[in-house]
Amino acid sequence: MSKKDSKKSVLTLHPERCKGCRYCIPTCPKDAISVSEKINQKGYKPVMVDMETCIGCGSCYTICPDYVFEIKEVQ
Amino acid sequence: MALKLMKGNDALAEAAVRAGCRFFGGYPITPQSEILEYLSKRMPEVGGHFVQSESELAGISMVHGAAAAGFRTMTSSSGPGFSLLQEGISYIASAELPAVIINVQRYGSGLGDIFQAQGDYFQAVKGGGHGDYRMIVYAPASIQENVDFTTLAFDKADEYRNPVLVLSDASIASMMEPVDLPEMHEHDPNKSPHAAKGKGNGPFKRITSTMYYIDDFDTYIKTKYDNMAANEERWEAVQVADAELVLVAYGITSRICKEAVMLAREKGIKLGLIRPITLWPFPAKAFKALPDTVASFMTVELSPMPMIQEDVLLSLDTRKPVHNFLAGMNIPEPIDIVEKAADCIKQTAKGACNG
Amino acid sequence: MVERLIPTALVEDNKFCPGCGHGIINRILAEVLDEMKLTDKAIGSMAVGCACLMVDTFGVDWIQSPHGRAAALATGIKRCRPENPVFTYQGDGDSMSIGFSETMYAAFRNENITAILVNNGIFGMTGGQMAPTSLPGQKTVTSPMGRNTDLTGQPLNIINQMKDLNIGYLARGSVTSIKNINRVKKYIRNAFETQMSGGGYSMVEILSPCPTNWKMMPDKSLEHIDNTVTTYYPLGEYVKKGGDSNE
Repeated sequence: MSKKDSKKSVLTLHPERCKGCRYCIPTCPKDAISVSEKINQKGYKPVMVDMETCIGCGSCYTICPDYVFEIKEVQ
Repeated sequence: MALKLMKGNDALAEAAVRAGCRFFGGYPITPQSEILEYLSKRMPEVGGHFVQSESELAGISMVHGAAAAGFRTMTSSSGPGFSLLQEGISYIASAELPAVIINVQRYGSGLGDIFQAQGDYFQAVKGGGHGDYRMIVYAPASIQENVDFTTLAFDKADEYRNPVLVLSDASIASMMEPVDLPEMHEHDPNKSPHAAKGKGNGPFKRITSTMYYIDDFDTYIKTKYDNMAANEERWEAVQVADAELVLVAYGITSRICKEAVMLAREKGIKLGLIRPITLWPFPAKAFKALPDTVASFMTVELSPMPMIQEDVLLSLDTRKPVHNFLAGMNIPEPIDIVEKAADCIKQTAKGACNG
Repeated sequence: MVERLIPTALVEDNKFCPGCGHGIINRILAEVLDEMKLTDKAIGSMAVGCACLMVDTFGVDWIQSPHGRAAALATGIKRCRPENPVFTYQGDGDSMSIGFSETMYAAFRNENITAILVNNGIFGMTGGQMAPTSLPGQKTVTSPMGRNTDLTGQPLNIINQMKDLNIGYLARGSVTSIKNINRVKKYIRNAFETQMSGGGYSMVEILSPCPTNWKMMPDKSLEHIDNTVTTYYPLGEYVKKGGDSNE
């Protein structure tokens, strides 16, 4: 971050909640979401996010039925 | 004590208001419609709520909602409408919410007819709805008892968190008698421990079948109903100390039976009467306490098929003959009851069996 | 950029199937309640079907009614507690089949409650039977040859049944895209604003995917709503006497 007082939107991922519907993948404007090869406790392959590409826009939060994504503001 | 001359249905409705009932949802059906009519005027006067529902199904569900909100609440119906209430009664029992249900009995199955009868006994006491809930059933035999038992019903509903039924009938509904009304009782819905009022800062409430949230629910619920059964039997015994035959009748027919007992005694026939006041729990203790002089019983029922006879037999462990006088759709005359009873005494002496 | 945090009412993971629209609708309902500061006061009336899975996961006071009767229960609650926001949350089988009478009469009386009716065109919880809302030709486990409208009637459009009634707010949305989800959120907010201002009955019908019982992949389910379901159930606001949120 170049300015100390500017806020940045940062995505927090809860892959343990993912049920693998994939609604988020075409919704992401930056194509930052893909499917993990790991299997979560619910028995699904959860999505994962490329944090370098993510802009924290919150589209995935909006479409996700299972509360996998949160966007938090950090300094 | 200032007595007031009131019609049965009106007195019952006023008793509900004075017990703190502040929500009524119900649907017109004869012979209980005066309860709606009375409360449509009275509820707004006391800051309560009256809704004429689109059906009995909706009416009992509105009552379910009001009970969950912590309010004292009631619905009433009759015969065919009572059948439609069963769904909601089962749900209210399952959620362990207090509510008072009134069934002003009429005659017969199906549409039947609107005149006095005691046709809904099994549905009232054997659990008319699905599942194996129980509810206290009070059988008033006078307008004063319409008042007293409706008042008591609200208290018992709160005590056990369970629906309570008052099983009236078309005769008691339509008669006028002087009654002593209780003082107005205010019920604070916010003090009801179960009341849904928004979670506030606390945990959220889930008012649904309590079985989901109680460990060893089978034992819990059986204990609850066993306690009700053990503690809530009520009855009136008339001249049973030396009786040879004991009549068994509830509600309107018990009044006629009292006259029959007096008439029989004048004739030297030793009749007595047990009048169940609670139909569930059936007052088995009344039968266990009878002297050995009692050789047989006769139920007097305002229906073409015997119903209460079954519970008398169970209370006696089927050890003594239980005859019945099935008045069907006709109010019986005391003399006819006495004559049949005298016949039954003779039959019993000859060793004839039930019937 | 605003924060997008899980709203407070969502106290546990939901129990819906993968791709089920209920999860999205639960979240936007919870967001509206939080944003309007109603979560602590709200009382929900639910009945049966998939909606009743919310009883443990959606943290407001709940009362569970018999099948179909949620609006009658809500009537009893709201009359007794007029200050509390009272809402029903039901599926289409529950609210429009067995509960059609209770649903319609709550609207007919203009009860000051909010109804959230989730329409996925099928009985979900019981295993995918035909609903009044199923589309013509739709194959379900009780219409294996496809829904025959000659024998079973046309899809039930609840908004057509209600739009001429004296009610406060009526809208239909879907959850197929960010745009549509944001729009539904405004509808739900309008509905609660209508109620909280005493504006009478408010209802939002939400077209929602049921990939499990439609036997369709989740992405295809969303396309099916956009391309086909909305031709029977057009989106938009139909009655708007209350609520401030404009599209």
